[in-house]
Amino acid sequence: MTTNSSISTAAKVENGVNVTALLAAREALEKAPEAAQFKWRATCQWLNGTHSRSTIGKFFGLGTEQSRDKTFAVEADHPKIFAAEDNAPTPVELVLSGLASCLTAGVAAIAQRRGIQLHSVKASLEADMDIQGILGIDDEVRNGFGAIRIHFEIGADASEDDIKALVAQSQKRSAVFDIITNPTNVFVTVN
Amino acid sequence: MKFATTIIIGAGQSGLAMSRHLTDRSIDHVVLERGEVANSWLTERWDSLRLLTPNWQSRLPGYAYAGDDPDGFMTMPEVVQFLQRYAELALAPVMTGICVTRVRQANGGYELSTTQGAWRCRKLVIASGACNLASIPSLGAALPAQMTSITPLQYRRPDLLAEGGVMIVGASASGMQLAREIQASGRRVVLSVGEHVRLPRTYRGRDTQWWMDAIGAMDVRYDSIEDIERARRLPSLQLIGTPERATVDLNSLRKAGVELVGRLVDLRDDKAQFSGSLANHCALADLKMNRLLASIDGWVSVNTFEQRFPPPERYEPTNVGSDTKLSLDLVAAGIDTVIWATGYRPDYSWLDVPVFDRKGRIRHDGGVVSAPGMYVMGLPFMRRRKSSFIDGAGDDAADLAAHLNQSLTRAAA
Repeated sequence: MTTNSSISTAAKVENGVNVTALLAAREALEKAPEAAQFKWRATCQWLNGTHSRSTIGKFFGLGTEQSRDKTFAVEADHPKIFAAEDNAPTPVELVLSGLASCLTAGVAAIAQRRGIQLHSVKASLEADMDIQGILGIDDEVRNGFGAIRIHFEIGADASEDDIKALVAQSQKRSAVFDIITNPTNVFVTVN
Repeated sequence: MKFATTIIIGAGQSGLAMSRHLTDRSIDHVVLERGEVANSWLTERWDSLRLLTPNWQSRLPGYAYAGDDPDGFMTMPEVVQFLQRYAELALAPVMTGICVTRVRQANGGYELSTTQGAWRCRKLVIASGACNLASIPSLGAALPAQMTSITPLQYRRPDLLAEGGVMIVGASASGMQLAREIQASGRRVVLSVGEHVRLPRTYRGRDTQWWMDAIGAMDVRYDSIEDIERARRLPSLQLIGTPERATVDLNSLRKAGVELVGRLVDLRDDKAQFSGSLANHCALADLKMNRLLASIDGWVSVNTFEQRFPPPERYEPTNVGSDTKLSLDLVAAGIDTVIWATGYRPDYSWLDVPVFDRKGRIRHDGGVVSAPGMYVMGLPFMRRRKSSFIDGAGDDAADLAAHLNQSLTRAAA
């Protein structure tokens, strides 16, 4: 009964998200939590100065190594006012981009699940940083962001509160939002 | 070894309601109670606590509140008296001071070891409560050694706390109430807020519980909603029972001086770290509250009851400010006590029957446990949304007593 009605709503609404497949995956993983253990990877190669290129390809999940059709390259650098060549965005801008993409994907998936047709989603992000931290001028200033502000402009066939609820739920289920708002242990080895 | 066809473990509202239904069906049974009738209400609650449901909603099979303050909230001694009087009137076969130490399957039924000898039964009803143990997150182990760590099950009143400030972890019913009274006692209170459910005490002239009851929300069945596991995990409503019918919310606590921080995510070297997700947790709760209020308004207008109630209203969005702390040196901040208001769970350490899922919860279908002839009662959203409420014990007991009776009859035929 419930399944039928959610499929029929999903058929009307097309955000390009295969919710049926996602729900089936969720159900399967509930029964086999060990298959839910994923490992994400990236390798990064120094090019020159502050310019580097990361390569992203294989990952581990569903109990096995997963390969994909292609590998991706993401470059990072720093702007000229940092005496760099500005070949690519800064790593902190990539973090903002990661956060925005994660939340935006969540908005689309949740909208599909809730039977809400999206027309447009635009997230604008701004983060504060006191660079006295990274420059080592003041030890009391942290290196990272002081705060991040995100503004969503969403066009959708839904009430204002329903749209707000999409964005709130997206934050609740976002990996990058969690990574940014909560501490994570980081282990580094060399050679 | 003594025998009863059915043994009920626990003489709280659930056990007594079940006893009443078994008596009505002439099913021979006993209720084994580790302490007194209403033992948890008597011994495991803080001094100022009142029920979170109004007096009129204290309804049990064949019994209801009959006092002159139907909209008030019972104190704990009043709850105890209410349930003890029910046990007397219903002539419930309660044996007090008997603690069940082990239950195992035997001869098509169950064998119970107790502090007063062994018992045998064909049917077993577990009505020992949903809140026997306080859940403390594992990071609690890293608390600085000089800090007192307690749970709401041990808390009694502010003046019994150590001298200094208090950090309360968890902002559901327990955490909110403790923050309110400990702050009022003049101490520094830091409240760590994760996912929560915000609701006003009263809305359009009626108690929130009255609305939930009227619109049918309390009667929603476990098998009619899509994600029952999620519904069962929902934190308790941010409510308090006071003679003034006060609303307690994060805005009012903040105004009173309680410092709001995000979910506690790490403890290390005296330092607590909090999640930066506080604003979103509050946004989620505000939206959820407004959806419930909208469904109440919808019910009023569908039934054309507008004349009977004051007009709709909406409440100030939760404002946590923009300077929320992400970390706090507990020692330097003078915090002497941490209270873990991070939820409760049942204690099944005595239940030696393989009925548990990987999280240690009893596997059951609306209270019918996966082991033959075993029933459980009083768990959150077990059979209906009201299953863990005093008002929910009666309907669940009626259903489960019917199931139990049928299986006895089938066995006899």
